[in-house]
This record gives sequence, C-alpha cells and structure tokens, in this order.
Amino acid sequence: MSDVDVVVCGGGNAALCAAIQARRNGATVTLLEAAPVHLRGGNTRHTRDIRFAHYGPNAAATETYSEQELLDDLLRVTEGETNRPLAELTVRESLTLAQWMQQQGVRWQRPLRGTLQLGRTNGFFLGGGKHLVNTYYETAIRLGVRVEYEAAVRAIECDGTAVRSVVYDRDGAEYRVRCRAAIVAAGGFEADVEWLKEYWGPAAEHFLIRGTPYNKGIALKAMFAVGARQTGDPRGLHCIAVDARAPKFDGGIVTRIDAIPFGIAVNRLGERFYDEGEDLWPKRYAIWGNLIAQQPGQTAFAIFDAKVMGHFIPAVYRPLCAPTMHELACLLELEPARLVTTVDAFNASVAPGGAVQLGVLDDCTTRGLTPPKTHWAQRIDTAPYYAYPLRPGVTFTYLGVEVDADARVIRHDGDAFENLFAAGECMSGNILSRGYLAGFGLTIGSVFGRIAGTRAAARYVRA
Amino acid sequence: MFELDLTAELDRQFTVCNACRYCEGFCAVFGAAELRTAFGERDLAYLSNLCHDCKMCYDACMFSPPHEFNVNVPAILAEGRAQTYERYGFPRVFARLFRTPLTAASVFTLAGIVVTLLAVVASAGVAALWTQQLGSGAFYRVVPYSALVVPAIALALYGVAILAIGAVDYAADIGPGFAFLSPASVGRALYDALTLVYLKGGGSGCYDVHRGSQLRRVFHMLVFWGFLCDFAATTVAAIAQGFFGRLPPYPLLSVPVILGTIGGIGIVVGAAGLIAIKRASDPQPASGRMIAMDYAFLATLELVALTGLALLAFRSTNMMGTLLGVHLGALVGFFVTAPYSKFVHFVYRSLALVKNAHEQRDVSHQPP
Repeated sequence: MSDVDVVVCGGGNAALCAAIQARRNGATVTLLEAAPVHLRGGNTRHTRDIRFAHYGPNAAATETYSEQELLDDLLRVTEGETNRPLAELTVRESLTLAQWMQQQGVRWQRPLRGTLQLGRTNGFFLGGGKHLVNTYYETAIRLGVRVEYEAAVRAIECDGTAVRSVVYDRDGAEYRVRCRAAIVAAGGFEADVEWLKEYWGPAAEHFLIRGTPYNKGIALKAMFAVGARQTGDPRGLHCIAVDARAPKFDGGIVTRIDAIPFGIAVNRLGERFYDEGEDLWPKRYAIWGNLIAQQPGQTAFAIFDAKVMGHFIPAVYRPLCAPTMHELACLLELEPARLVTTVDAFNASVAPGGAVQLGVLDDCTTRGLTPPKTHWAQRIDTAPYYAYPLRPGVTFTYLGVEVDADARVIRHDGDAFENLFAAGECMSGNILSRGYLAGFGLTIGSVFGRIAGTRAAARYVRA
Repeated sequence: MFELDLTAELDRQFTVCNACRYCEGFCAVFGAAELRTAFGERDLAYLSNLCHDCKMCYDACMFSPPHEFNVNVPAILAEGRAQTYERYGFPRVFARLFRTPLTAASVFTLAGIVVTLLAVVASAGVAALWTQQLGSGAFYRVVPYSALVVPAIALALYGVAILAIGAVDYAADIGPGFAFLSPASVGRALYDALTLVYLKGGGSGCYDVHRGSQLRRVFHMLVFWGFLCDFAATTVAAIAQGFFGRLPPYPLLSVPVILGTIGGIGIVVGAAGLIAIKRASDPQPASGRMIAMDYAFLATLELVALTGLALLAFRSTNMMGTLLGVHLGALVGFFVTAPYSKFVHFVYRSLALVKNAHEQRDVSHQPP
C-alpha cells in the first residue's frame, strides 16, 4: 500500500522539474519542501540563467552553441574530472530544455545588462529564479502535484534496495509517506555550519551562505544513511568574495564584490596575499572565496581609489571611504602604518607608463613585488580611498551521491537502488566535480530532474 | 516636497535592485534605474510615475519581506505617486485635501449633486424634479442650456489649466528642462501608453488576483476607451446641436447615444473590475494612501457612468429631472476633483514615458 506514487524531497528547480515530469507521466506526486511558502525554491531563487546547447538562435539564446562546445567548456572548468557518459547525457538532454521550460510556462528575456557575454550560451528567464520557481509551482499545482511546505525530510526507509517510505518533520511532528519511488532533489549542505566545520574547522563560522538557510543536507545524509555512494570532494565549496556586511544567509547575487582586480586585496594584518590581477571574470569570482577563507579571521579588504570608482558592477553596500589611506585603515580597524606600507610598496612596484585595459589581460604589472599583480596594476594614489570588507560567500557544495544515467542513486556495492533517484545539487558533483560554469547547475538539475521524474513515473505508475 | 524618508528609502532599495537587475524584463523602471547610481527627489518623481503597478517585481524578488533587505518597490513607488499628485497639484492647499481621498471625493461629489439639484429647483421649479419631459429639448426644460454650458466650460478650462500647470512643473523637474519632449520620444511614449505595454509585466501579466493575470490591463482598457467614447459622444452631441440645431435627447440609434452607451458600459464594467482586483490583491506591495485614491476615483467614475446609464434608461419617465440633476451633479463632483484625484495619473505617467523613451534612445543598442 502506497500513499502516493512518487515523493519528491526538495523544492527547487530540480525537484520541480522532477515533480512536473512525474505528474505529466501519470504518477501521483507529493513534493516536500523544507522552507515556508515565501522562501520556497532553495537556491534556484537566486539564479537567473540556464546553459544549454542549441543550434541556431531560439527564443532563449542567440546563435549556435553546439553540444561539442558545451562539453568542451565543461571539460575545461572541471579539468576533465567528470563522469563522461553523464556529462554527455546532460549536454544532449540540454538541447530540449528551453522548449520544455516554455511548455511549463517559463518566459525568456534578453540577457541582462552587463551579462551580454552569456547571451549566446545561456537563456535568461524572465524575472530571475524566484519567478521561475513561482511559475513551476503554479504549473505543478495546476497539474495536481501535492505540495507540502515546511516539510523537512529526515529519513528514507528502505527494504533492501527499494525505498518504501519517506519520513519528514513538520511543526515538531513526524510524518511518514509510503511511496513507490522517491526523488531526492534537496540541494547541498552549505547551510549546515556544523557540517562545514567537520571539513573546515572553526573557520566555517565566518563563512557567509549566499543562498537558502534550508539547505542543511538532511536529505543528503538520509541517502548516505541507507548506503548511497558518495561522490565529490566533501571539502569542495563554490565560494566567492562577498561583502562582509552581507546577511548570514540569502544575500544572493547582490553582495558579491567585483572590485578586487581594480586595486589590491589585503588581509587583517594589512598584507597582500595573492595576485589580484590573475584572471578575468568569471574565473576570478571562483578563486577569491577560497583565498579569503584561508586568511586569518576569514576576512580581507578590497582597497582601491577614486580613479576606478564606478568601473565595476555596484554592490548592495557602498564601499567605506576615507580621504587618506591612514584614515581608511582606522575605519577598517587595520594597523594604519602596516596598510600604508603595503600600499606604498605596491605603488612603488607598479611599472610606469602602462594604460590599464580592464576587459583584457593587459600588460600593466608590478615589478619585484611578492605576490605580484600581473595585470591591471595601477597606483592607488587618488583620494578619496575606498574599501570593501570581504568574507567568503558559499554558493554551493560539491559533495553528493553517485547516480546512473537513469538518475538512480548508486549504492556502496555499486548497484543502483530500484526506486531512489537524485537530481540537482545533491548529485551535480557527478558531472561538475569542481570549477564553475555559469548556469550549468540549473542545467544538471533540470536534465536529471526530468529524467528522474520520467523514470520514477514510468516504473511505478498505477495501471 | 516628497517626504525625505521616502527618497532615502528609494535610494536604499534601488541600490539593491541595481546590484541584482533580475527584474529588468518586467518594465521600464529597472532599465531607468540602471542609468542612475544615486536616487533623489527627481528620480522618485520620475520612477514613481513610470511604474504601472503590475507588482511582478515584488512577486519575483528574493529580497522582499521578510528578507532583511526588505525590498518592496511597488509600495514605495505607489506612495511616490500619491505624493506626486499632491506636490504638483495647484493650488497646493487644495491638493492637500486629497490626503484623505475618499472623504474629499465624497464631499465634493455630494456637494456637486446638491448644488445641481438646487439649481434645477431654482431655475425650473421643484416640480421639474419629477415631471415627465418628452421631445426635443426635454433636458433643457430641466436645466437651461446656459446653466449647463457655462459651468461645464468653466470646469473644463479650470481642469485643463491645473493639469497644465502640474505637467509643466513635473516635466521641468524630471527633465530637467523640456529637451526630452522630442517628437520621437513623444511618439514612442504614446505607443507605450495606449498599449499599456508595461501592464504586461514583460509577458507575465500582473501580480494581483493571481500571479500572471492580464485582467488589470483589460479593465483599464475598458475604462480608458469608455471614457474616450463618452468624450466623443459629448463632442458629437455638441456638433449636432451647434451646427445642425438638433437638441437632445437623441434617439437610441443615434451616434451620441450609441457612443455614450458603449462608453458608459465600458466604464461601469472596467471600474468595477479594477475595484474587484484591488480588493483581491495582496496589500503588501501597495501604499494605503494610493489605494484610497484609487477607490475614490473609481467610485466617482462608477457613479458618473451609472447615473448616466440610468438617465438614458429612464429619460422618458417622470424620474428624468432628478436623474439628470444627479448625473450632472456627479459630473461636477468628478471634474472639480479630477485635477487632484487619481485622474491625473495619465499626465505624469505619459511624461515619465516620454522621458524614458528619450533617455533610453542612447542605450537602444543594448537590450532594454
């Protein structure tokens, strides 16, 4: 006896794609979302575009972005560390995503200002991720998917290699849903600071979490508890530099700081610690979170001057500002003499004559400085002086469960569970084991959400 | 002057918006905001009226309450509109009465009706209120022609003058100056205004009775075109009388009556629909003062249209005298309050759309 054919654990993009697809294939579906209704949607709320291969322009993206090109991009950012068959499957399935999304009511818009470089490879959905989530929920509910909010999945109950029921908590009470298949799409564990501390120690206390406070990895743990095989580096975090004044959770995209290449970055001791001119966007985003996480107090400061003010995307907080470097140091509670020395040493090492070109890796470098600044080096000498206080901002974790091409979860013994599926962040480590490719997290979530929904419904739908 | 807190709040919230930009596809407001890095009074005047209140940005915002960033753009811009109508209303003392719009609308409309009925009694005797009048010129036996035309022209001139003063002040502030009023910008704005393109929410509709509703645009169209039909009916009637000597009431199958009836029904249905939508909407992304202005204006419109249709239905009965008095009185109330009520929104919104067309022309090679 089952209460429902398919239980979907989670409430973001992958979960919704799975629920919609399972329902469209005739299964009865219950979706368990840990968040309350106004915070539903997990980290999908903070997304804005999705990457997919396409031939010729369509409603969502321009020109052609071939399967080979997408696969090459993926191999490049992961340095080849990917499950090749699953990666190829994702790329192939991405071809139909834009049209499928439209069928669920999603609308496309032109790329946002400042993101034109993504216009060919990525589709921008109207209104961003929360609007996407709202659209999917409306479609799912209209199709007859039952949605339970504030329902945190605690355990998966198995009989051998088959899931029999899912246990969840709500308002302090425990509920059990018997099901013919379960799909876990409940994100990573980045919102569980205690879990992060297992790998990062006390430093994790200082991490800011850019997304939902509900990604505590409980469903992920539940899968490990029944013998799911782990994939991805547990220590692996996608982490960028965010404003230290940002909220602990859910600061989203608006707290990211893109000022580092325009000046220097110093730690709490007033010392530089890495080449600020190493690389172009978007790679530079991905490295600074981890760099700051390794500094004392997990704190750093981006220091720049009036010359470059206004040359980067404005963030939600205004930079701190002072007429002299000494006073700026006082504002930042740094040792003033130390900061002044660092800036003077930097200024003295800037090779004269170069004209900074911000869009390319230019020739403006420092000489005889350790660490060097290899591009865009220019003196910090025009008052007033500015600073952003920085902290690591965690976007997602890479740890997940291993899955097969049917999105079925793999057990320790190498066999797959009969009816336990996973999609989204909790399995994206199979494909994106490291690095970052804008909009590709959603691609994996949508592709495997659809596969999981279809497979779960196909095997267990009532005759 | 705008309240300082409101301007500071605008600056705070749009700093969040400019760091995010996800709402860019919904309407013109966010594209306009991206051209600015700090937001002052002029920006509040401009952006408030550029907003068509579809509320999709609130629904789509991951930073809306209870998030600590507390972003609620529709609420702040609605409050900005209410303050715009007062700030650019002339004389200011009079405009200030509309801080309590429902009271102001009720008092002026009631006064209009009472004064008109008293005028009928004074000129045609109290029996005119319940005496059947038939045939050509029947209306003028209740309200003499001069008693109708002179106040009507006076009210129209007064209304136009006050709207013009407000428009000039407003344009000068948001411009700044008048250079933005180029033919190309005006043409573009006219298209945007007549199609109500920004009530489409970038294709997703409005967030009101339900997410993605297109109803508000439909009802607004009914009210707008209904109003124009009634205006056309009045103009045709004036021509029929002035140039061809044909006095009202006109036959049911005449141009003025057909236009007037279509217009009346459009307003009755449209205004009722807009009121119903407002009642069903989430009160969070809104301003209490602006909602009161909306209700006051829609109720006045509804009264004018309903009394007009009632007059048409019962013009051959002995109720005609009273109905004519009430309808004309309601019209007096409508036109006295129009320059300070929600009616004025079309002036400021149109100018904001022109300004937007003008300032976006330089960035037109980029997506809006």
